[in-house]
Amino acid sequence: MAALRTTSRLFAASRPVFRTQVRTMATVNAAQDPAAGPDAKTKTFHIYRWNPDQPSTKPHMQTYTLDLNKTGPMMLDALIRIKNEIDPTLTFRRSCREGICGSCAMNIDGVNTLACLCRIPTDTKQESKIYPLPHTYIVKDVVPDLTHFYQQYKSIKPYLQHSTPAPNGKEYLQSKEDRRKLDGLYECILCACCSTSCPSYWWNSEEYLGPAILLQSYRWLADSRDEKKEERKHALDNSMSMYRCHTILNCSRTCPKGLNPGLAIAEIKKEMAF
Amino acid sequence: MLAQRATQQSLRRLAAGQPAMISQFVMKRALAPAAVGAFVQTRPVATQKMTAESSYDILAAQRKNRPTSPHLSIYRPQIPWILSMTHRITGAILSGGFYIFGSAYLVAPLFGWHLDSATIAAAFASWPVLLKVATKFTLALPFTFHGFNGIRHLVWDMAKAFKNQTVIKSGWTVVGLAVSSALALAAFF
Repeated sequence: MAALRTTSRLFAASRPVFRTQVRTMATVNAAQDPAAGPDAKTKTFHIYRWNPDQPSTKPHMQTYTLDLNKTGPMMLDALIRIKNEIDPTLTFRRSCREGICGSCAMNIDGVNTLACLCRIPTDTKQESKIYPLPHTYIVKDVVPDLTHFYQQYKSIKPYLQHSTPAPNGKEYLQSKEDRRKLDGLYECILCACCSTSCPSYWWNSEEYLGPAILLQSYRWLADSRDEKKEERKHALDNSMSMYRCHTILNCSRTCPKGLNPGLAIAEIKKEMAF
Repeated sequence: MLAQRATQQSLRRLAAGQPAMISQFVMKRALAPAAVGAFVQTRPVATQKMTAESSYDILAAQRKNRPTSPHLSIYRPQIPWILSMTHRITGAILSGGFYIFGSAYLVAPLFGWHLDSATIAAAFASWPVLLKVATKFTLALPFTFHGFNGIRHLVWDMAKAFKNQTVIKSGWTVVGLAVSSALALAAFF
C-alpha cells in the first residue's frame, strides 16, 4: 500500500487534474470486508473521519463492514483489521492492546472507553459508531490532541515533594495502612476517558483540571510521604481548578480501569472544607 | 516486491541527485510509469529548538485548523449526566420563576396588575379540572425533582454513595420520588 500511496502522491503532484480521482479511490464510502466468508457474521462500523491534508472537507462518518468470524473479539481488533485489510488511511492510536497504555481511548457506541478493552457487541443488527474522545481538537480521524491535558497533569506537580531528609537516610517509609490509601488512585493510566466524558470539562477545559488530573491531585494529597499538602490544596482553592466539578459522575461511570475519580474529587472537597 | 521497491527508490534518488548519470533509456524502463527526478518523494526530517511558549504558539495555530470532536450529541444518554442536566435546568426554572414573579409582584401596582393570591386563586378556580391538575404537576415537578436530587448531592458532599451501581439506583429513586410526589401534590393540594 505504501507503494500505491507514493504513486498517487506523485500523480497528484504532476497532474493536478487527477487529484480528485485519486482521492476518491482512497476514501470509498462504504468499504466491504474483502475476506468475508460464505456464512459471514457481518457487522457495520461507522467511524469518524477527518483528514488534516483536506481541511476544507468537513469531518464525516465512514462506513465499514467486517465479518466477525474473521475478526478478533475487541473493538481494537476490528480497527486494526480495517486498517490492514480495507483502508490503510484510517488513523488511530494504539499500543499495548491490553488496557495499560491508554492510547486507544475513544468514544465507542456513545461511551468513552479503551478500544482494546471493549468487546464488539455480537448483535450484528446493531451498528457500531466510533468517535474520537468528545470535545477535543482532532489531529486526524480518531486521534485527539491531548497536549493541554498533559500540560494540566504537569501543572499539579505529580511527584513526591519533600523538604526534610528521610529519617533513615535512605528512603521514605510508609505503613501498610497508608499505602492502602493509594489503591484505586495509582492505577490511573491517564487515558483521558473520564476527563473527556465530563460536560464540565467540555465547557471549561482551559481552566478546569478535569477528573483525571484531580484524581492524580488526590493521589498526592493522600500520600502520607508528601510534605507539600497545603501548597497542593492552595493551588486548587479557586473557582475553576476543582470547583467546576458539579458531581455529574460521568467520569466514574466511564473509567475503563474501574476507578472512581468522582469519589476522589469529593474527598478533596471534603478535606478542603474541614 | 520489497527488493523491487528498494531498487526503484534508490534509482529515483540517484536520478534526482545526478540526472546525467542515468540514461534516458534506464529512466524509461526502470522508473516508468511512476515519475522522473523532479517528483521524487523525499521526507526531510528536521528538528527545531524552541521554548515552551513558542511551542504553544504552534499549538494555537494548529487548533485554528482542527475541528472539535462531537460531544453532547453523540454521548450515550446515561442517568448521571441526564439527571445532572435536569437538576440544573429545574434549578434555573425555580429560581428564574421566583425572580420573574417576585419582580412582577413588586411592580404590579405601577401597571395596575392584580397578582395577589386572592385574584390568582379565583382565576385558577375557573379553569377545567384537567388543566388545573396538569398545571399544578408542571409546577410541582421541578420543585420535587430539585429537592430530592439536592438531597442526593448533599450525600455526595459527604463523599458517600459513589459506587456506579449506587449512583444509578439513587438516580432512578429520585426520578420515581419526584414524579410520584409531584402527582400527589397536583392531585391532592
